[in-house]
Amino acid sequence: MATELYSPGAVRINASKFDHKTLNEKIRAVGGDCTITGCLGERFIAAGMSEGHIDIEGTPGNALGAYLNGAAITVHGNAQDAVGDTMNDGEIIIHGSIGDAAGYAMRGGRIYVRGDAGYRAGIHMKEYKEKRPVMVIGGKCGSFLGEYQAGGIIIVLGLTDDSRRIVSNFPGTGMHGGVMYLRSDCDGVRFPKNVTARLATDEDMVEVESVIADYCERFDLDVDEILDAPFTKVAPDSKNPYKQMYVAN
Amino acid sequence: MGVEFIYPEFEVVRNSSRCIACRVCERQCANEVHSYDPDERVMLSDESKCVNCQRCVSLCPTRALKIVKSDCTFRENANWQSDTIKEIYKQANSGGVLLSSMGNPKMLPVYWDKILINASQVTNPSIDPLREPMETRVFLGKKPRSIERDEGGKIKNNLTPQLELSMPVMFSAMSYGSISYNAHKSLAEAATRLGICYNTGEGGLHEDFYVYGPNTIVQVASGRFGVFADYLDAGAAIEIKMGQGAKPGIGGHLPGKKIVGDVSRTRMIPEGSDAISPAPHHDIYSIEDLRQLVYSLKEATQYKKPVIVKVAAVHNIAAIASGIARSGADIIAIDGFRGGTGAAPTRIRDNVGIPIELALAACDRRLREEGIRNDVSLVVGGSIRSASDVIKAVALGADACYVATAALLALGCHLCRTCHTGNCNWGIATQRPELVKRLNPETGAERLYNLMTAWRHEIKELMGGMGINSIEALRGNRLMLRGVNMTEKELEILGISHAGE
Repeated sequence: MATELYSPGAVRINASKFDHKTLNEKIRAVGGDCTITGCLGERFIAAGMSEGHIDIEGTPGNALGAYLNGAAITVHGNAQDAVGDTMNDGEIIIHGSIGDAAGYAMRGGRIYVRGDAGYRAGIHMKEYKEKRPVMVIGGKCGSFLGEYQAGGIIIVLGLTDDSRRIVSNFPGTGMHGGVMYLRSDCDGVRFPKNVTARLATDEDMVEVESVIADYCERFDLDVDEILDAPFTKVAPDSKNPYKQMYVAN
Repeated sequence: MGVEFIYPEFEVVRNSSRCIACRVCERQCANEVHSYDPDERVMLSDESKCVNCQRCVSLCPTRALKIVKSDCTFRENANWQSDTIKEIYKQANSGGVLLSSMGNPKMLPVYWDKILINASQVTNPSIDPLREPMETRVFLGKKPRSIERDEGGKIKNNLTPQLELSMPVMFSAMSYGSISYNAHKSLAEAATRLGICYNTGEGGLHEDFYVYGPNTIVQVASGRFGVFADYLDAGAAIEIKMGQGAKPGIGGHLPGKKIVGDVSRTRMIPEGSDAISPAPHHDIYSIEDLRQLVYSLKEATQYKKPVIVKVAAVHNIAAIASGIARSGADIIAIDGFRGGTGAAPTRIRDNVGIPIELALAACDRRLREEGIRNDVSLVVGGSIRSASDVIKAVALGADACYVATAALLALGCHLCRTCHTGNCNWGIATQRPELVKRLNPETGAERLYNLMTAWRHEIKELMGGMGINSIEALRGNRLMLRGVNMTEKELEILGISHAGE
């Protein structure tokens, strides 16, 4: 049985029966609205999709929601590498943790993660006019957070009970646009020369608060408790980092 | 002046008996070389600003102008040539990395010029292309390993998506931003009329050019500029750019001052912000990772388009090509070290990479030896200058060629190699509106059409001379080639015999 009706309008698709190509065909065939059960490492789920809400039970494989163009994805568990690669619009909500290179070059939409992110989260994230991508990591991040970041907003909350730093090494390397907020005084975090890191002001926090309020609603968290901590704002010094490097030959 | 002074490279020679002081040269020069002296009623020139683009020479109504190389010389010797000396001065003056445009200009071997083509005599008669049909069409993409039949015995169509070209040539990647709107329009229009493809480069696809989609290759590079679902769906094929012949191993960087207006909109990044394409794709560390990007693009476009992986020709290119063939890519594009660029660090352009001829021959052989040659098509670029270069490339195993520098020359480029300044007087490598409008896209398309139509005739004549009436029968047909002035090793790598053998 390929698909079975779960309730009116909600189709359940058992991923274990299909390869990724067939699975995506099934999702498209129902217009996007579905619950995927038994998910175990199937890659490219919802690649390029623009509509529907895909609920995933289990652990999707790499490149979940690549080139996502407006569809919504909720994962009740962990996701792996390259979540939301080159995402243009839509949202990806992960109730667990995610692997490396999440949101590579994402230009719009939201990625909310309840747990940790691996290396290179938000690498080369962009923005353009009304498109301003948002990534919120509830736990902590690996090295190279926001590397080459060119736009958008990355927020890391550090909501874990351990002594790890909120972000590992080299956050913001090559950053030339956008902004990061880290819920920490960032004592012991070394930032590169091309960015300025300072405590967020009340004015900065207006934007942060609205994003965190939305985030908390998705995960049933207490907004005030999360906001009751110092946030460090990280922003680039220049949008033209290579300007002086060259001489015409 | 003083220690920082470098004598101008060119001299502007104005024949005063012909000059009518019409000031065309002054208006045409974006580098502001020419000026008018109203008191003396004569034209003056500041040759220190001249890049020798020949714009003023071409438009002077009385042929009063010529640009010549300056004969003011350093005390050169075989080791310290004038360019080498000047580069030292420029770096001592500025502390900057040297930045150049267009392909490697060094005196390194051009193997095409050491390869000669066969022709039929007496036996196996040659074919007259004016009288007999000649097939120059090619299909790029995976070819099935076997014929499959349904229960009724009928042949099943198990062919994956192919890129159909009327001749084995395409215009290679040049982004909107590195070249102008009118240059892109010329390429797109010409590709459509010719039944071939042009390539967006990593600059996105301007909304006006979606109509040329069936003849467009859309590129996805490390910066992913302008990449979204509509863009991927618009193209006839998708190209993943891993590397470029002019600058293997490094990324790209379009300065913020060129990210204006439509360029900003097409790349989908704010005006004035640098467009940085990182050197690597930061999610690709292995063939398996490359496979992931290939398949994410196939999934996003529902397996309707062939995926090309473009790499620069470097030392272990044959092993790299083997890996790409196993990544699920349909086409491998290899770019040789003479390939052009809008801007590259001089040291990298002039010293990194290998000749395309050797890379092509090595890859074709390796893929055949491994039994995977038909899993991919091979496209080669990196200075294909003529129809005979195309014929030689096909005989060395290429399915098609990428040309860009030759296409720019057709549009009016005079190879002054200062694209990085953004002051292209021919309206090609610039975003200044008053310069862009100098290139009429109708004329540009017509000239590209003429060039490629001429090449197609020449390709047919060369094939006919060999007694071959189809490009397919020429591919990898090394018996049609002979080498001159080459070592045993070079001949061995190319897989061809020496002339006279």
